[in-house]
Amino acid sequence: MQHQYEVVIVGAGGAGLMAALHASKTAKTAVLSKLYPVRSHTGTAQGGVGAALGNLEEDRPEWHTFDSVKGSDYLGDQDAIEFMCQEAVPTVYELEHMGLPFDRTPEGRIAQRPFGGHTNNDTGKPVRRACYAADRTGHMILQTLYQQCIKNKVKFFDEFQVLDVILHDGVTAGVVAAELLTGEIHVFHAKAVIFATGGWGRVWEITSNAHSYTGDGVAITMRRGIPGQDMEFFQFHPTGIYKMGILITEGVRGEGGVLINNEGERFMDHYAPTVKDLASRDVVSRAMYLEMRDGRGIDGKRYLNLDVRPDTVNKYAQRDGRTQPDGTPYQVTGDEILRKLPDIVDFCRTYLAVDPITQPMPVQPTAHYAMGGIPTNMFGEVVADEENSILPGMYAAGEVACVSVHGANRLGTNSLLDIIVFGKQAGIKAAEYANETSFPSLPEGADRFVLDQLDALRGNSSSVKVCDLRQEMQEVMMAKVGVFREEEGMKQAVERVRELKERFKQVSVDDQGKVFNTDLYEAWELGCLLDVAEVTAVSALERRESRGAHAREDYPKRLDDQWLKHTLAYLETDGVKLKYKPVTITRFQPKERVY
Amino acid sequence: MEVNLRIFRYNPETDKKPHYEKYKVEADLTDQVLDLLNKVKWEQDGTLAYRRSCAHGICGSDAVRINGINRLACKVLVRDVGTNITIEPILGLPVIKDLIVDMEKFFDHYRSVMPYFINDDPPPVKERLQSQEQRLRFDDTTKCILCAACTTSCPSFWASGEYVGPAAIVQAHRFIFDSRDHGAEQRLQILNDRMGIWRCHDIYNCTDACPREIEVTKALGEVKVAIATGKVD
Repeated sequence: MQHQYEVVIVGAGGAGLMAALHASKTAKTAVLSKLYPVRSHTGTAQGGVGAALGNLEEDRPEWHTFDSVKGSDYLGDQDAIEFMCQEAVPTVYELEHMGLPFDRTPEGRIAQRPFGGHTNNDTGKPVRRACYAADRTGHMILQTLYQQCIKNKVKFFDEFQVLDVILHDGVTAGVVAAELLTGEIHVFHAKAVIFATGGWGRVWEITSNAHSYTGDGVAITMRRGIPGQDMEFFQFHPTGIYKMGILITEGVRGEGGVLINNEGERFMDHYAPTVKDLASRDVVSRAMYLEMRDGRGIDGKRYLNLDVRPDTVNKYAQRDGRTQPDGTPYQVTGDEILRKLPDIVDFCRTYLAVDPITQPMPVQPTAHYAMGGIPTNMFGEVVADEENSILPGMYAAGEVACVSVHGANRLGTNSLLDIIVFGKQAGIKAAEYANETSFPSLPEGADRFVLDQLDALRGNSSSVKVCDLRQEMQEVMMAKVGVFREEEGMKQAVERVRELKERFKQVSVDDQGKVFNTDLYEAWELGCLLDVAEVTAVSALERRESRGAHAREDYPKRLDDQWLKHTLAYLETDGVKLKYKPVTITRFQPKERVY
Repeated sequence: MEVNLRIFRYNPETDKKPHYEKYKVEADLTDQVLDLLNKVKWEQDGTLAYRRSCAHGICGSDAVRINGINRLACKVLVRDVGTNITIEPILGLPVIKDLIVDMEKFFDHYRSVMPYFINDDPPPVKERLQSQEQRLRFDDTTKCILCAACTTSCPSFWASGEYVGPAAIVQAHRFIFDSRDHGAEQRLQILNDRMGIWRCHDIYNCTDACPREIEVTKALGEVKVAIATGKVD
């Protein structure tokens, strides 16, 4: 079946829905999502959205800008970061005006809490910048945006899995999607396409990410010749539930929780003397690995304790001299912890039978967020080469995009900010473009590439199983392209992933039907994960320095002379080709990064 | 340990009627029921169909009946239910395939209650003010993830799929009691209907079914009082 819309948005998380709200004002718009919109991964974001509202203490967008540049280990583009941090303030108010139920200050304003890497630039101390709604801020953003889409009668195609983007004569012409209910392949003819498809944490064994976070968007565009930018930079969040990877928000540490090793020691003192447990995520994850490597994991195992029991919080708050906004000493009770972090308490009770009010939580770093992705400028326009040439009609926003505002390491709360600011920009710009162009011509057999891929998967009959290949990929990527990396291990990972890609050509699916053939699409998603894994490992192997989330034991220093540049990885039939482009530096010259 | 699973199966392309299939899987006490479904699908029978995404109780994809009770498959562990587990689709919505039901009717009901913020006054430059007390008034119902566990546990909904159902009323409650919202009157009018709030007979299945521990029946009671008294407080 064929459809025609001026703007087609792929993905219905925060970025996709924000884009939809703005694009649909002036252009005929459709949103395609492989999940029901309210199932999107935005809903799992917990701690807050960063904006220098200054509701509880002095704060400025300029400080937010510098913190993000520093957090990015100077790989972020400073013009885009400045734009994001300035836009943060009106865009958070825009969400509030849409009805988003933020928690409130005593004055009735939006409540804010401290988060890792966000500081008062004069004192260096943590600043309350994360605007929050309990520990379900992402859920509230997703719900609020979907509600507004219903109000504004946005057109949705739910449970349509996009499998290809149509590029023809140098412009974007639409997408190809499978309707999961019927198995039918649909062609969506469009003037503009916005990819807001999210990330790919499922490349790794321990992850906070949903099963559906399989890198479809970036894999599709890489197969069509658009490079993946800075793919070697993938964030490991310090506090995932041991073995399960489920996220425990940084807001726990924002509320005063601390990380403790087997000797009962609050070890972040040694690694980040000023902000301690609220250092940037890459810094904390590395510190945890080093503690565990040196035998200070709890009972010698691969985890540490995250302790938010009131006695512990109050003890370290006193030691740090932490105060309330009115200057009185910071003190918490069990009830306050429960009220501010209800979902965290629920997760721990459900999955661990641990009550965080009375017991510490076992945590380990968990694969969490893709800093890299489809290269765009700050208007969401996809820029497809090292000269930043715009690919007409193609847009990307949210985790799948690389603007780059996160550089080598994203600060907590900047992902929710990214989706609302750049989702909006992409929506506005895509609609403007659609209004001034006519529909491009569709190529003959626009769905051929997709049909070939699906036929190949259906046609195999072998003992090669999706789950085995996926497990092997996740294990090797966790061990060799994880928090710490070195040459030999990454070479092995590249070889291994290539071998898995060969075996994938024989992979067999059981389900030969049409209706909800989740077996088939899980296999197709594994193909995306393998492409993403290969590009990640090759990009990482080549970058011979340590920067942000990319920490090499054989090259422990950041080397600005050689490596202050973005990687562009082109996925070609005979492997991955790497090119580079410069970082935009405006106000902040790179300097050493200490917390 | 070995777990015995009994799973409802129906393939519309080949089956005239549904049947149950038995599987044995190796599991730990801390495995989720979703992990067990994954083991069956990945290792034994790829044709098994179910929805899942986040796998920790937030996205709301995997509401199913586990030993006869509505639950999210990712929020029930083996230690909660033992080693003999029956898994079936939620009731009251048409089964499409295996554990996947047609959610359209559910979302139609949801959309019917004006589940969005209504306030046409020009907004201030900054945020609208709201006290933390006013904010907490509707805190409980903001937790809803639209998984449908409550609505499909309700005997009134089983009796008539035209009943708007608890999930939709929970969503309406979230706005009716929000001090910033101006649409309460319209929503109460919509719910004051034979197929609206008055189909609720305080059976409490919904409250028990909610994986977010929302006090669903209590919220519905507050909506009834608001309609009866014409006052929202």
